[in-house]
Amino acid sequence: MYQELRKEVKSLLSKNTRLDGRKPLEHREIKIEYDVTRNAEGSAKVKFGDTEVIAGVKMEVMKPYPDTPGKGSIMVNCELYPMSSPEFESGPPNIHAIELARVTDRGIRESGAIDFEKLCITPGEQCWMAVVDVCTINDDGGLYDAIPLAAMAALNDTKFPEFDGEKINYKVKTDKALGLAKQPITITVYKCGNGFFIDPATQEEKVYDARLTVSVLDNDNMCSFQKGGSHSLTTDDILKMIEIAIDKSKEYRAALKR
Amino acid sequence: MAYPKRFDGRKNDEMRPIEAKAGVIKRADGSGWFKIGKTEAYAAVYGPRALYPRFLQDPEKGVLRCNYNMMPFSGSGDRVRPGPSRRSKELSMVTEKALRPILNLSEFPNAVVDVFIELPQTDAGSRCAGICAASIALADAGISMKDMVAAIGAGKVSDQKVVDLSYAEESHEEGATDIAMSFVHNTKELTLLQMDGDVSKEELAEIMEMAKKACDQINEIQRNALKEKFQAE
Repeated sequence: MYQELRKEVKSLLSKNTRLDGRKPLEHREIKIEYDVTRNAEGSAKVKFGDTEVIAGVKMEVMKPYPDTPGKGSIMVNCELYPMSSPEFESGPPNIHAIELARVTDRGIRESGAIDFEKLCITPGEQCWMAVVDVCTINDDGGLYDAIPLAAMAALNDTKFPEFDGEKINYKVKTDKALGLAKQPITITVYKCGNGFFIDPATQEEKVYDARLTVSVLDNDNMCSFQKGGSHSLTTDDILKMIEIAIDKSKEYRAALKR
Repeated sequence: MAYPKRFDGRKNDEMRPIEAKAGVIKRADGSGWFKIGKTEAYAAVYGPRALYPRFLQDPEKGVLRCNYNMMPFSGSGDRVRPGPSRRSKELSMVTEKALRPILNLSEFPNAVVDVFIELPQTDAGSRCAGICAASIALADAGISMKDMVAAIGAGKVSDQKVVDLSYAEESHEEGATDIAMSFVHNTKELTLLQMDGDVSKEELAEIMEMAKKACDQINEIQRNALKEKFQAE
């Protein structure tokens, strides 16, 4: 269906450029705004060019899971609103929303950014759960980078609400920040033909062969991977893509710094 | 007097600060953004486009389909679970009724015009903010319209008649009456009317007049948002 477009993207990549004139490893301008919605305990709006998402964190008190009585937890959910693209439909999260949410969740959870023991209030009885909802406003591609970045920005912005042991008073935010020990950056590298690129625009997302999502830690180690797309990758491809991800994560991390 | 001064110091006929924009969502055929106080609404229009399943199609004219949704973190209390609720379904329906009378969809048999309303932040008046944003979005999309629609809540807080109740006013200890209304700008006909509270006929007449004046101001803000977009182009 997109044979012509695929040919064009491939040929442009071989000339070190893209449909919108960017270099293959050049991302669109990143804009991050914090505290964009007052009823959330933390929030952020992230833009990659015309792509725009809002992330909000609600802090809830729950009973710890039976297998981790001394730990709190996080939950990441993605809402791909039909408002943001003619291709998104109403209804419960589809596989794309679920994959985006799970990839975002793993990048943060496995990094050790959040000390889950500190989220425990009374072992076996009460703990905090940070619920991160990332909602799309406009999808112009690159959600695999925008959504994890928005989730991190909102978590960095999060302050605990007042809690008296029984009820949360959402009207009062305390000074106590959620406090992330690390700043993992989740970034996706795409392959089309023999070319690699990052931060795809809508059209490019239709024609890539394979993608690799990598979560990179502050020390350049990695804490999660997800391969996607219909084509296979060689070990050389993977090492090359990881190299790109590590290199580019520095730019995203700089954007995340307040 | 039981409510001598409004909590946020506004005059009784004064709305919260309003901002509006057109064309904020690039992928949509038309879009609008409307903020009144701390209540914020995005609206996007897609269509006219094919409507499925087919039994929903109307062979004589296009169908308007609205969807009102609060983002999970937008409410003042607990997280709002994603997905439709009884409340959101009803508000989607009344939004549809508020907007349908101004649209001319006779040229689009079997098609649908979809309006998606998303609220990142709410503090009372969210259905009205959604309708105001949607009216901008429909105009931005170039859908054939007879007029614009503006919506506002008005009513009583204790013994005072006020427009644009805030969440704090809606929960005033001496009781509050909130009437959500939308007006077609030129004809001044109502396309939305919902109330919770207690009101006499005389009071209602006065409250409707206050709301009408407020909607004139909103209409100007909506028009300016559209002008700003199209002048910039």
